[in-house]
Amino acid sequence: MDRFSWTTGLLELGETLVVQQRGVRLSDGEEKGTGAGAAPLDGAWRRGRGGGGGGVLLLSTHRLIWRDQKNHECCIAVPLSQIVFIEEQAAGIGKSAKIVVHLHPASSNKEPGPFQSSKYSYIKLSFKEHGQIEFYRRLSEEITQRRWESIPTGQAMQVNRDSQAGRIRAVGIVGIERKLEEKRKETDKNISEAFEDLSKLMEKAKEMVELSKSIANKIKEKQGDITEDETIRFKSYLLSMGIANPVTRETYGSGTQYHMQLAKQLAGILQTPLEERGGIMSLTEVYCLVNRARGLELLSPEDLVNACKMLESLKLPLRLRIFDSGVMVIELQSHNEEEMVAAALETVSEKGSLTADEFAKLVGMSVLLAKERLLLAEKMGHLCRDDSVEGLRFYPNLFLTQS
Amino acid sequence: AGKGFWSEMLGVGDFYYELGVQIIEVCLALRHRNGGLITLQELHQQVLKGRGKFAQDVSQDDLLRAIKKLKVLGSGFGIIPVGGTFLVQSVPAELNMDHTVVLQLAEKKGFVTVSEIRESLRWETERARQVLEHLLKEGMAWLDSQAPEEPQFWLPALFSELHSQEITPEEAKEAIP
Repeated sequence: MDRFSWTTGLLELGETLVVQQRGVRLSDGEEKGTGAGAAPLDGAWRRGRGGGGGGVLLLSTHRLIWRDQKNHECCIAVPLSQIVFIEEQAAGIGKSAKIVVHLHPASSNKEPGPFQSSKYSYIKLSFKEHGQIEFYRRLSEEITQRRWESIPTGQAMQVNRDSQAGRIRAVGIVGIERKLEEKRKETDKNISEAFEDLSKLMEKAKEMVELSKSIANKIKEKQGDITEDETIRFKSYLLSMGIANPVTRETYGSGTQYHMQLAKQLAGILQTPLEERGGIMSLTEVYCLVNRARGLELLSPEDLVNACKMLESLKLPLRLRIFDSGVMVIELQSHNEEEMVAAALETVSEKGSLTADEFAKLVGMSVLLAKERLLLAEKMGHLCRDDSVEGLRFYPNLFLTQS
Repeated sequence: AGKGFWSEMLGVGDFYYELGVQIIEVCLALRHRNGGLITLQELHQQVLKGRGKFAQDVSQDDLLRAIKKLKVLGSGFGIIPVGGTFLVQSVPAELNMDHTVVLQLAEKKGFVTVSEIRESLRWETERARQVLEHLLKEGMAWLDSQAPEEPQFWLPALFSELHSQEITPEEAKEAIP
């Protein structure tokens, strides 16, 4: 911990923030926070009980910065150049995931910090509120790329003085075009590389699925030859590989059969919620409702959509409707959106004019569906719009009624 | 349900579908603040908070995979690349190339002006104005007409100071259908 220096926490000219994470605790080597046996402390660190409490950990292109959550003035940083290597420590029962950062010895001209000396050459970052996976990935990237070597930084002070000159320095269209082009090339390269691996993987995956299907069949047929124990173990291997229950998929197949059953299930599950919500729900609302109710073996968005597409042909009491905007909803068969439009016209007339937000609050609908209803009313000629920077407002269409 | 080997490889399974639900809830709760645009980083922080201390950790990559699956539900989920990261769109607003480029321009400072657009992108004033007006109407941009030199168009999705602010109880009510 003696490699850290006090800092204002302001990023310097040329330094960019990469990622930040709250709820991170710092500790010196194996010490717990500022436990007994810790090296002599700077007064401010002791006063702020730094490290022991949680803080925000920020990663920039040049430094690792930590600010105490309770005492914002307690802010320390260490240059990334000081890092030798990093390792992950997985979370355990009662223990958060950690990153261990091994550091070079402090340089003699280091700015003052909270610790004057330490018997450890590494520190631990403890992620009390998760975010460890992302942070480790970004930190590894920064250490590999070593961007601090190519981007010189000035002191934060200079930014103020040069602010007048700095603002006029524009990026220019060439600069932006170049950056966009580089990004496009990079994305293309990543995508084609990813697909190379993926196609090899898919071949293996097909083989694996065939293999597990044949074993599943053998289990079904030769029930006597295989012990129950082994059957259970094998099924759990399949589960961990994401092949839910081979029997379910076998019975219903992965095509239309499955979706037909699902559609019928949905009609049962959604009847009451739809009635409670005025007969109409967006597909995202349905997705959340159904999956929250299921808890396990959740539906994929595609499966939900495919099942809903079959509702009408199966003569179920619900149907899927797609508005012009692309928004998809489930309606009760008994629901008539065009009739609701007449009611909406009354509401708008009473108030003179309404935005989608206002209408939604008044009627007790989601903003998404409120907007669709008003747009439908407009399409039918009952309302007209006033599209201004203050928002989209709907008025009764007086052109129609008062010609 | 855990991620599982195939979940991770092929991006399928309970882990991602549950994550989809959490993403939808966060986006709905914050929609009125940011017009339906949110940085991947802020979304990540809010989702982590919602999941609690004992849940499995989630990476930004996981979020992207889950969001790609949500597109099929038709409510406007989309991913816009800006400045090395991504903006997540969660409302069915039309955002074409012009809008995307202006968002990318605004990413550095969190706001943009008509002059900056004219200088950097070499657009005519009218084109710049139309794009900014559209963002205003969608609630994705706010106008500061009292800025010293000329009006500034701020993107709430890009204010890092507002990020990680707690979701209020009223906002949470918006989220649960």
